[in-house]
Amino acid sequence: MDIHALQQIVHKTRDARRKQTFPKFSPADRDQLIHKYHPDFRASAYRPIRFGPNEGDKTVVELAALLEGDSPIQDGAELTPHHHTDVLVIGGGGAGCAAALHAHGAGAKVILATKLRLADSNSVMAQGGMQISVAPEDSPVTHFLDTLKGGHMQNDHELLKVMVEEGPSIAKWLISLGVLFDRQADGNLHVKKGGGSSKPRLLTCSDYTGLEIMRVLKDEVLNQKIQLLEFSAAIELLSDNEGRCTGAIFKDLDNQQHVVVAAKSVILATGGIGRLHIQGFPTSNHYGATGDGLCLSYRMGAKLAHIDTFQYHPSGAVYPEQLIGALVTEGIRSEGGHLVNAKGDRFVNELDTRDVVSSSIIRECEEGRGIRTMSGRVGVWLDTPLLDAEHGPGTVEKHFPAMMLQFERFGIDISKDPVLIYPTLHYQNGGVKIDTNSETNVKNLFVAGEASGGLHGRNRLMGNSLLDLMVFGKRSGLTAASRAASMKQGALTLKHLQRYRAEAKQHGNVSGVISPMILPAYTRKA
Amino acid sequence: MAQEDTNIIDQPEVLTHRMVTIEISGKQYEVPEGITVVKAMWYAGQEVVRGIGCLGGFCGACATYYRTKDDPKVRTCLACQTAVQDGMSFTMMPPFPARKALYDIQTLKDPKQDLFNLYPEAPLCRNCNACTEACPQKIDVREGVWKAVFGDFQNVSEMFMDCVMCGMCTPVCIADIAPNLVALYVSRAQGAHFTEKPAGLDQRIKEIQDGRFNDEWSRVLAMNEKELAEHCATVK
Repeated sequence: MDIHALQQIVHKTRDARRKQTFPKFSPADRDQLIHKYHPDFRASAYRPIRFGPNEGDKTVVELAALLEGDSPIQDGAELTPHHHTDVLVIGGGGAGCAAALHAHGAGAKVILATKLRLADSNSVMAQGGMQISVAPEDSPVTHFLDTLKGGHMQNDHELLKVMVEEGPSIAKWLISLGVLFDRQADGNLHVKKGGGSSKPRLLTCSDYTGLEIMRVLKDEVLNQKIQLLEFSAAIELLSDNEGRCTGAIFKDLDNQQHVVVAAKSVILATGGIGRLHIQGFPTSNHYGATGDGLCLSYRMGAKLAHIDTFQYHPSGAVYPEQLIGALVTEGIRSEGGHLVNAKGDRFVNELDTRDVVSSSIIRECEEGRGIRTMSGRVGVWLDTPLLDAEHGPGTVEKHFPAMMLQFERFGIDISKDPVLIYPTLHYQNGGVKIDTNSETNVKNLFVAGEASGGLHGRNRLMGNSLLDLMVFGKRSGLTAASRAASMKQGALTLKHLQRYRAEAKQHGNVSGVISPMILPAYTRKA
Repeated sequence: MAQEDTNIIDQPEVLTHRMVTIEISGKQYEVPEGITVVKAMWYAGQEVVRGIGCLGGFCGACATYYRTKDDPKVRTCLACQTAVQDGMSFTMMPPFPARKALYDIQTLKDPKQDLFNLYPEAPLCRNCNACTEACPQKIDVREGVWKAVFGDFQNVSEMFMDCVMCGMCTPVCIADIAPNLVALYVSRAQGAHFTEKPAGLDQRIKEIQDGRFNDEWSRVLAMNEKELAEHCATVK
């Protein structure tokens, strides 16, 4: 049927739905729903990791193969450094830029290496906003409790306390650099309510929050003349005789040559895993989200936390074909947008946590109340025109210009017609286990941002990622910088790799994969 | 999973699934109609490293020039956000060596005057409007450059909130202005120097420093798992 004909049910039921309230599920119902429908509970997608620091722990098969993968670096490789630095930051997204700026500001020599361009990242796409408890009726403790609830009580309390308490000073820092957060009439920061949050707490820059922050941070990294290695993919870390991290080897993607960097500390800010397309899901992630940092630190002996849980963002586009997997911001639901099935009914409180909302969408589709596309996809409606009906004409265009433009390019006016959505692979909830200074159990190896684990528990709350990046980017940068002055550069060896290979051999060198992946293999082979 | 067959969206590109002929950097390929420009390059067997970033229309890495069949007009697009059509010819924009001024945003004394020191070419706009026509985000770039020169920093910062820094406004400028970089400077100056400081934020920072929440923290952090779960459930 014509898409417009199918959309009629959404238009027809809108007025009736506006009068309804849809209560949140009880904790028991919510658990049952997640266990039955959330992809994290699809047992066949998981297997135990065969060796290494997380031996026996289960993760998705796509990631297990990479973690057990072999390094592209041969034993006896040339390790004479091309560059020396105090702090080596790997990754050019939000956490990497924050780490580099703070380490540089504290007087350390910094090199920032990234496999794409500076600022190419998921951070740049963050639309929903950044959770910081600035409103008078809100508090860091409430932020803590909301996050804990969203994370199924599994969050590391210490990390979480640090994040919520340092939030306000992060906002101040970003404002001092020129980030233009939305304001109230009285000049105070405007806060929006996000899914799973009890108080309005989202700071926003219209629906370009991540882009605005990253434009500013990238510009600042350039202004501070921090040394950059762009189009340089980290392919192995270096360790000294005591197993401490002392640098990294990069592959220059322009000329394929190896570049060795000696560093007193290394900060991995390499982001997530969306491009592994776990369980065949489309993803909202950027081109380089291939979990490189997880593989590199795992071979060094760093322990991973919550590596079996991933976030499937409820609203990935299903139609048109060109936008499959792309995010339709949660902001639409924050402002009251309904999720509607093929019968015209709501089926979840749209402001519940992401895992609950995603599970409910999957349930609707599996039980035959979804809308199918000819290409074999299925989804439910997100009633975007409702926002104009509710808050006045022009609301969608004014509050969601990025979204409007993205669909307009394909002839769809989301202020007039609802959009079809289905969960998309969005975020790695866990990662490398860190302490409050963002350091791993491997000395002088720091991990910041999405690559790290523990903070978000088993489900990250909307808007906590941008804050995570800034807080732990800062803490890793400052800690690494403060150490540099009283430290000598350690030896550059591949001893960790020899150990790892010996262990792999004992287990039959099972995976047969070379990792990290660097970029997904999308190029069609003839 | 029975589902009524009426509940399926027609998609011409899936129903007909026809191949179209396109040109990538001057070379012809057959690719499925309707896929994005980036996907067309992958389909054509090209390894793409430079020229792809977020794949979501936000990072500006995939700035591309294209022309449609029999149309002399060369247009611009983001390759991850544009579908190919029969007869289309495109090539990615190479990194353009625009000059970015270096500055310390926080210590600027007179940001509106400093604009002319940092970007002395900014007032030389000759109104050709090529930058505006080149913008894939539909920003009125030319107007923005003039507003910057006349000191209307607030308006510029609002107009360029959509800017993905693809830089396609720059190669077309006959006055060698890099409008996106000018606008970035102006927006940062607007945020750092001409926007009211939020009093509530300073208040909250002080409250945290002064330990206003310490009692509540002690209470919460002393709870066992069960108590904490019950307490979380009371937060509405």
